[in-house]
Amino acid sequence: MNLDILWYLVPSVIMFCCGVYGFVTRKNMIAMLVSLELMLNSADLNFAIFNRFLFPDKMEGMVFTLFAIAIAAAETAVAIAIIINIYRSIGSTEIVETNKMKH
Amino acid sequence: MGITLPILILAMPFFMFLLLGLGGVKMSRKVAGVLGILGMGTTMTLAYIVAFTYFFSGDAAFIIDGVRQQFQVFDVTWLAFTERLVVKIGFLLDPISAMMLVVITTISFMVHLYSWGYMESERGFQRYYAFLNLFSFSMLGLVVATNIFQMYIFWELVGVSSFLLIGFFYRLPSAVSASKKAFIVTRFADLGFLLGILTLTFFTDTFNFVDMTSNPMNVLAQTGGATFMGASVLTWAMVLIFTGGMGKSAMLPLHIWLPDAMEGPTPVSALIHAATMVVAGVYLVARMFPVYCVVEASMTFITVVGAITAFYAAVVACTQIDIKRVLAFSTISQIAFMMVSLGVARDGMPGGEHYSGLGYMAGMFHLFTHAMFKALLFLGAGALIHAVHSNDYTKMGGLRKYMPITHWTFLIGCLAIAGIPPFSGFFSKDEMLAAMFNNNWIWGAWMTMVAGLTAFYMFRLYFLIFWWEENPNYKHHRPHDAPWQMSLPLIILAAVSVVAGFIPFGELVTWNGVSYHIHLEAPVAVTSIIVALCAIALAAKMYMRKNTLPEKFRKAMPGLWTAAHHRFYWDELYIFITHKIIFGIICSAIAWFDRHVIDATMDGFAKVTQKVSFAIRGLQGGNVQAYVLWYFFGAVALALITWICLL
Amino acid sequence: MVGNIILYFVVALVITVFSVMAVTTKKILRAATYLLFVLLGAAVFYFQLGYEFLGAIQVAVYAGGIMVLFVFAILLTNKPNENENPLRSHRQVVGVIASVIGCGLLLWALFTMPMLATAEGTRSLSDALTSGPDITMKMIGEAFTGTEKYQYLLPFEAVSVLLLACIIGGVTVARKR
Repeated sequence: MNLDILWYLVPSVIMFCCGVYGFVTRKNMIAMLVSLELMLNSADLNFAIFNRFLFPDKMEGMVFTLFAIAIAAAETAVAIAIIINIYRSIGSTEIVETNKMKH
Repeated sequence: MGITLPILILAMPFFMFLLLGLGGVKMSRKVAGVLGILGMGTTMTLAYIVAFTYFFSGDAAFIIDGVRQQFQVFDVTWLAFTERLVVKIGFLLDPISAMMLVVITTISFMVHLYSWGYMESERGFQRYYAFLNLFSFSMLGLVVATNIFQMYIFWELVGVSSFLLIGFFYRLPSAVSASKKAFIVTRFADLGFLLGILTLTFFTDTFNFVDMTSNPMNVLAQTGGATFMGASVLTWAMVLIFTGGMGKSAMLPLHIWLPDAMEGPTPVSALIHAATMVVAGVYLVARMFPVYCVVEASMTFITVVGAITAFYAAVVACTQIDIKRVLAFSTISQIAFMMVSLGVARDGMPGGEHYSGLGYMAGMFHLFTHAMFKALLFLGAGALIHAVHSNDYTKMGGLRKYMPITHWTFLIGCLAIAGIPPFSGFFSKDEMLAAMFNNNWIWGAWMTMVAGLTAFYMFRLYFLIFWWEENPNYKHHRPHDAPWQMSLPLIILAAVSVVAGFIPFGELVTWNGVSYHIHLEAPVAVTSIIVALCAIALAAKMYMRKNTLPEKFRKAMPGLWTAAHHRFYWDELYIFITHKIIFGIICSAIAWFDRHVIDATMDGFAKVTQKVSFAIRGLQGGNVQAYVLWYFFGAVALALITWICLL
Repeated sequence: MVGNIILYFVVALVITVFSVMAVTTKKILRAATYLLFVLLGAAVFYFQLGYEFLGAIQVAVYAGGIMVLFVFAILLTNKPNENENPLRSHRQVVGVIASVIGCGLLLWALFTMPMLATAEGTRSLSDALTSGPDITMKMIGEAFTGTEKYQYLLPFEAVSVLLLACIIGGVTVARKR
C-alpha cells in the first residue's frame, strides 16, 4: 500500500463536487458561501498536493496556496459584508430574492 | 481680350443666384426684381461687348485673313483625376458661342423684365428670380464650354434649373409631375450623352472641342475602324451624343416632356422651353459639326429624326386647344427644322463651294431668329393668359380690339414664323430650305410642306385668339393690355423679329469661319412664300369669322383629328411601356425577388435572432446559481469535446 | 508509515463525510461547523504533506478567522425566533446531476492521466518527502521578502494592499447608513 498522488486527489475531488452541489442548490447566501469555501479549499489542496508529489524540491505551490488563502479571506470578508447589507435592505438572505439590482 | 469680361459674364448671374437665393427672403419684391433685372442687364451689356469685340474688332486672335478663329479666352484645369482624365473649365469664343451669348442674355433680360409684371403677385417671387439667374448662368456656361465635359456639367445644370422652374408652382400637382417628367426624360437622354462622351473620348484622348473639331479625320483615324454591332464606334459615339441633344431638344421620341413643361410660368417657357435650353441639342450638333461631318450615318440619322419630328409636331400643333401647347409643338417643329438643316449640311456639297456648310449657317441663323420670335410669341401668350386667366383659345377670341399691343406684336411673331418677307423667319427659313433642296429634293419638299403647316397652325391660333367671335365673358372682365414691364419686351422683340433677317448672318457665323454671302434662291423663296400664303389664306377662311368649317373638317376626318389631338398617343405609349411592361412585368418580378428573397432573408435573420433571443433570455435571469450551472455544464462539455478530440 | 496511512484514511473519511454533510444539512450553523471540520481535515493533509506553515495558516485564517466571520454573519442574519428555520434547497436534481457528472469526469480524468505511468505519478508520499528539502520558516521568509526569481515581495505587498482595501470595503458596505 503506497500513499501516492491519487490518494490525496480523490478527497479533493469529492470536496469540490460537494461544493458545486451546494452552490447550485442552496438558497441561503451564507450557505452558498460555505459551498464556495469548499471548492476553494479543494483547489488550495490541489496546489499543495501537486507541489509535494511532482516538484518536491520547490515550494511554489505552497506559496500560491498561501496567497489564495489570504485572498479567500478577503473575499469572504467582503462577501459577508455584502450579505449583511442585503439582509439589512430586504430582510432576507435568500438568493432568489436578490435577482433584482434595484434594491 | 482679357479674361475679366468673360469671367464676369459667368460670375454675374451666379452671384445674383446666390444673392437672391440666399438673401431673397429678406428682400422686398421690388428690390429683388430690380436687382435681378439690373444683374441680367449688366450681363447682357458685357455679353454684347464681348460678342461685338469678337465679331467686329478684327483682332488677329479672332480673325485671320477673313477666317474667324476659335479663341479660348481661358481654359483652366479644374479636376485632374489622372493624366488622361482632366476636366477643365474654360471660355471658348467662336462664332456660334458669341451668337449664343447675345441670344441668351437678350432673351433672358427680356424675360426678367417681363416677369416683373407677370409674376408680380406670385408667391416665391424672389426664388423665381434666383432660379432664372441660375438658369442663365448654366446656359451661358454651356455655350462657352471649351470641352465636352464642361458642356455636360452645364448641360445637367440647365436640366436642374429647368426642373426647378417647371415645378415653380409646386402646389399644383400637374406642375410637379411635369417637372419630374421633364427631368426624368432628359436625364434618360443624358445617359446616352454620357455614354457617347465616354465612347468618343476613350479614343480621342481629349475632351477639348477645338482639338476634336479642328481635325475630325484624326478623330476618325484614332477610333481605328473599331466597329460595334455593324456600325463604326465613331458612329455609335456621335449618335449617342446626339441622343442627349434629342432629349434636351425634344426630338421624337423623347419629345414628350416639352408640352407638359408648359406647366411652368409662361416667361420661363419663353426663355427655357422656346429660345435657349431646347436649342442646346442643336447647339451641341453645331459644336461637334466637323466630327459629325465625317460620319455620314449619324448625319442621316439626325436628318431623318428631325424631318419626322418636324412633321409630327406640326400636325399635332394644328389640333391643340391650349395656346401654350400649340407654341410648344411649334417649338419642337422648328427645332427639328434646324436639326434637318444641320443634318443636310456637309463639307463639300454638290453645287460647289457655295453650298458647303450652308445648312449649318442657315440652322444657326434660324436658331437666332427663332429664339427672338418664339420668345415674342410666348411672351405674347403670357400677356393673353394674364388678361383672360386661361390657357385655352376657347376662352379668347376677338381680342384684337382689347389688346392692340399684344395683337400687333403677336401678328409680327406669326408672320415671322410663317416665313413671310421681310420678317426674320423668312430669311432663315429660306436658307434652310435652300440647303435641304441642295442635299436632296425630298428633304426640301418635305420641309416646305412642314413650313406650310407651320403657317397654317400659327395663323389658326392667331385668328382664333384675335378674331373668331368675341367671348361673352369680356363683359364681366374686360381684358386689357399688360403693364409696361410686359409690353416693352414684346415691342423690343417684335422690332428685332422684323429686322433680324437683314443681319448679314453669313458674314458672322459659318461652320469654318469663312464668311458666306447670303443671297436668296428665287425658286425656293417663291415656292415657300406661295405655300405660306396659301396656308394663311386657308387659316383665314376657316378661322377668321365664326363658321362651321372647322367642325365639318373635323367631322370629315374624326380618327386623324382625335389622334392628333391626343398627340398620336405618345404619352399613352410611354405609359404603356413604363407601367405595363417595365413596372408590370419586369419590375414586379424584380420586386417579387426583392420582397421574397432578399427582404425575406434579412427578415429571416431578424426573426431567427429574435426567436433565439426569446428562447434563451431566461439564461440572463439574474440568477447566479443558474449562471454557475451553465458555466459548469459548459466546462464539462469542453472537457468532453477535448476528450473526443484526443481519442 | 502505517500511522500515516491510518491518519490518511481518517482524514479522507472526515473530509468526504463532512463535505457532504456541509451541503446537505438543514441547519446553517451546522453547515458552518461541518465546514470547519473539512477545513481542519485539509490542514491535517497539509501537515502530512510536510507544509507545516501552510497547515498552521489554514487553521489560523480559515478555522480561526473566517469561521468566526461565518458564525457572526449567521447569527446576525438569522432572526432570533427563527433560529430553527431549516435551510431550504431547490434544484436538487440538477445539482446532483451536475456534481455527479463533474465528479465522474474528474475521477475518470484522474485515473487515466498519462502522468500515472511516470515516476512522479507513482511516487509515494515518503519518497516525495525525502526527495525535497524540508520547508523551513527561513525559506518561506526569504521567499516573501526578496525580488529575485521564486521570490514574491511584490505579490506579498499587493496582497497587503488588497487586505487593506478589503477592510475599508467591508466597513463601507456593511455600515449603517
